[in-house]
Amino acid sequence: MITRCFAMALTVLALALPVQAQEQFITLASTTSTEQSGLFGHIIPKFRDATGIDVRVVAVGTGQAFAIARAGDADILMVHDTVGEKKFVSEGYGSERRDVMYNDFVIIGPSDDPAGIAEAESAAEAMTLIADAEAAFTSRGDDSGTHRAELRLWEGAGVSTEGSWYRELGSGMGPTLNTAAGMNAYVVSDRATWLNFSNRQDLKILFQGDDVLFNQYGSVLINPERHPELKHDLAEQWHEWLLSDEGQSAISEHTIDGQQLFFPNAN
Amino acid sequence: MSGSGSFEQALNLIFSFDPALMEIIALSLRVSLTAVVIAAVLALPVGAAIALFRFPGRGALVTVLNALMGLPPVVAGLMVYLLLSRAGPLGSLGLLFTPTAMVVAQTLLVFPIVAALSRQVVEDLWEEYREQLQSLGCNRLRAIPTLLWDARFSLITGVLAGFGRASAEVGAVLIVGGNIDGVTRMMTTAIALETSKGNLPLALGLGMVLLLLVAIINAAAYQMGESAKRRLG
Repeated sequence: MITRCFAMALTVLALALPVQAQEQFITLASTTSTEQSGLFGHIIPKFRDATGIDVRVVAVGTGQAFAIARAGDADILMVHDTVGEKKFVSEGYGSERRDVMYNDFVIIGPSDDPAGIAEAESAAEAMTLIADAEAAFTSRGDDSGTHRAELRLWEGAGVSTEGSWYRELGSGMGPTLNTAAGMNAYVVSDRATWLNFSNRQDLKILFQGDDVLFNQYGSVLINPERHPELKHDLAEQWHEWLLSDEGQSAISEHTIDGQQLFFPNAN
Repeated sequence: MSGSGSFEQALNLIFSFDPALMEIIALSLRVSLTAVVIAAVLALPVGAAIALFRFPGRGALVTVLNALMGLPPVVAGLMVYLLLSRAGPLGSLGLLFTPTAMVVAQTLLVFPIVAALSRQVVEDLWEEYREQLQSLGCNRLRAIPTLLWDARFSLITGVLAGFGRASAEVGAVLIVGGNIDGVTRMMTTAIALETSKGNLPLALGLGMVLLLLVAIINAAAYQMGESAKRRLG
């Protein structure tokens, strides 16, 4: 009874506060890296012009994006954790997962490079050098795609992150970069967020280019059997558009200071 | 990008009445003011009733209400999120990630502040006027509107404290609104976003705009109170 009264009160409130746009839209759960790099600001208007469908982006860490999608609070997903995405589909939450685009992770640190990682031969060696030097390192620590990638790098290097030099922040990429800049610490970031980040202070890219730093983004459709109430038709149009020639070239056209941020690779 | 350049950018956005910024400001005011009005309408009578009536568990209720003034916005946001999520009891309404969800979360934050402060104000006033009102044959229930009206100038401060809470918080609206560009992006979530991008001067500029807005609303409330007092002599 109380629930029903509350529901009625909310409905009245919803009517009193109409959302400005009455157009069709879908809710996309995605990552902070794609939102903050300005990619969506570039490609969503093109999609809207082509289809009349608006895309509302909720930008959170990859772990939280999965949680939102599992609860049925988003119509579609775009994240960067291929292992997690495949699991999401195999567990029956998603119905299809496709590669959309990639960029790469970079290892950033103070310009005087106290651990000497700029000379490293591989990402594993760079991580080992940081751990051996016990140089300050800031980790996302938020179960995001970038955090999961960073943990895989430590695992690949076979070194322990025990010690006060390793700081787990539990923040998004931007706040972690702000903290790294303040502490003059090493940090693993995706390239797009770094290129779009203004408060660099003494930080710069010290290591890049290893294959293990590859960062794949995927689009995942939500399983209609699990959440029939979602806008699956509209979401599928977005999914197909991203994979189409039109969507793929829109992604490659997005640049910051002449640098391309994401490289389309739908197959 | 130089620091001063970004700060100038913030000033330019304001004085050129940038449409995106105006939309964000309008949404912030609409959401926070709606939440404060709803919370005040509910909380003023509740606060006055708790002040006047004696019932078992009253002391505990007052303590809980006072404690809830410190309800962390992120917890309020989480509660509303779980309520409005598709997996939650009110999920079928589809209200998550809408301005309505943000109003609900902020109402939850403002209610205890207005209720607790009005409880105190009305209780003090009741001590003062009790004998007079009772000798006029006014029972406790009928004393509520009289006391609320009489205490209105003090109560405005409580309501403004609630508005301060609503306009300043970021934790609740971020969770239930999702900071969607053009739909649920408010002043505080925009400030958090610009900070994330390392655009610290722009974030600070937006912060100053928010402070200015809150100051204007407080000044307006103060002026209204003062002129009303003068009219009453």
